[in-house]
Amino acid sequence: MNVLFIACALLVVSPLGFVLFHLARLGFASINLDFFTNLPKPVGQLGGGMGNAIIGTFELLGLASLIGVPVGVLGGIYLAEYGGDRFNGWIRFAADVLNGTPSIVWGMVAYGVVVIPMKGFSAYAGGLALGFIMIPLALRTTEEMLVLVPRSYREAALALGLPRWKTIVRIVLPTAMKGILAGVLLAMGRVAGETAPLLFTAFGNQYWSRHLNEPIAALPLQIFSYAISPYDDWHRQAWAGALVLVLLVLLLSVGVRLISADWKKSLPS
Amino acid sequence: MSTPTASIAPTGTAFRGPGRWPDRVFHALAFTGALAIVVLMALVAWQLYRGSRLALHDFGWRFLTGSDWDPVNDTYGALPFIYGTFVSSLIALLIAVPLSIGTAIYLTDLAPLWLRQPLTSVIEMLAAVPSVIWGLWGIFVLVPWLRTSVYPLLQKTLGFLPFFRGPIYGIGMLTGGVIVAIMILPIVTSVSREVLRSVPNLQREAAYGLGATRWEVTRIAVLSYARRGLFGAAVLGLGRALGETMAVTMVIGNTPQIAASLFAPGYSLASVIANEFTEATTPLYLNALFELGLVLLGLTIFINVLALVMVRAITSAETRRVA
Repeated sequence: MNVLFIACALLVVSPLGFVLFHLARLGFASINLDFFTNLPKPVGQLGGGMGNAIIGTFELLGLASLIGVPVGVLGGIYLAEYGGDRFNGWIRFAADVLNGTPSIVWGMVAYGVVVIPMKGFSAYAGGLALGFIMIPLALRTTEEMLVLVPRSYREAALALGLPRWKTIVRIVLPTAMKGILAGVLLAMGRVAGETAPLLFTAFGNQYWSRHLNEPIAALPLQIFSYAISPYDDWHRQAWAGALVLVLLVLLLSVGVRLISADWKKSLPS
Repeated sequence: MSTPTASIAPTGTAFRGPGRWPDRVFHALAFTGALAIVVLMALVAWQLYRGSRLALHDFGWRFLTGSDWDPVNDTYGALPFIYGTFVSSLIALLIAVPLSIGTAIYLTDLAPLWLRQPLTSVIEMLAAVPSVIWGLWGIFVLVPWLRTSVYPLLQKTLGFLPFFRGPIYGIGMLTGGVIVAIMILPIVTSVSREVLRSVPNLQREAAYGLGATRWEVTRIAVLSYARRGLFGAAVLGLGRALGETMAVTMVIGNTPQIAASLFAPGYSLASVIANEFTEATTPLYLNALFELGLVLLGLTIFINVLALVMVRAITSAETRRVA
């Protein structure tokens, strides 16, 4: 009987092995310095890179974090420190439901909120779409981290006469800082590879974008358009881009694990 | 546990001192963060409704039952996409749920202790791989393999069924289902694991005490007990499967048709939005795409609420009883 379950576990992890193997095999061969610094070349010319897409992905992540992190963390603070059980239960439930809505829907929302009024695709729209996705994620992880801070810390601070806000800002948040950081990185890792919400918000760009109100390239978008193109050289570049993206995402995910493990060890239990 | 300080410092009027107004400001600030969730809910519903108003008005219920998607003649029917979304998701569930539950059982009850944490981490890493990369891998690795090795075999052995007849392209409904299965494995596994872990140990010990073998303990004491929660995990997987976009778009074939054969290309709600949104030149076309988004949103919210209620019923009931 045991064999059956081992087989299940092996089948579940095997796709990861295969995808990493092919990424390494096909991706490494196509990565060179040009890939990181150059713009994509027009059809028919070999070479070129995804420099603009790599920068664009970081810009979009930055914009998304500007929206998602403060709102999500504040919401998480509210759920952990204030509010009645009933209200908080509903918010938590709603956040979980939002976490399950398809990411492409958030692209449509950002299209309605930014692209239509501004009459054009832009980095703002892409960042907002990703920010929408980050809010419920950051909220849930922040709350989970804050409730791990021992109650005695809060009691001690309040007993010393600290007002409640100071207790949270000076005692609870610094104690949970690493945990919150881990949660924020987790949310960033989750949106870094999102493609669907960027298709009609950030839109993609073959050049460097100078302003945030212009369309902007992003690594996942570039991988998508190269993967479905008919050119071998573009397929090669898609694998290279995919390797870079996976390394970025896995790096974030390993960082999350290290930081949160380290932090949980430091907490008195 | 979620409101640890509620009993320590009352939010009412008891606390009067120089620190009163900053307290209020901070409270209000945090509250806006929580309120953002409600605002997001309202925003997404309102935006999708507003975007699809024209189509809602023009087509009414016909939109859901029409099977003709012809933007040139401004005829829009969503049925092929709804069909494609459901069929590819069901295929994904058929593949992913048994594997995930098997893995979850292995992780909670059978695996050697030193292996549990690393294996869990690997499965979490599986969840971190972006959709577009599964799509890329799907196009260049999975599709050729399925086309040359798996599908011909399937056709030879099960070809008497209508699902496995007809020409094999490699891309198609079944391939879409397989790729979605891979993508929902991590979430179904991790939720199933949580559900199984919430089964009280007393339950297992009692079964062992009655002389049950390891497998019997799992089957009788654990699985039958956790049935509802595991069902919830599967439904949660369905919710994710319905909304999968990029990987599906890249391998499902993108043809709006309802074919009996699973080898035939299909189309899903999310894929058609991804492919055609920037091409939608007429207002009605764009409205029709927004309405597809509205259908997708409604489906996923309904499924997610159902799943969360089921999963929570079991996990929270257990923690309460043990505590």
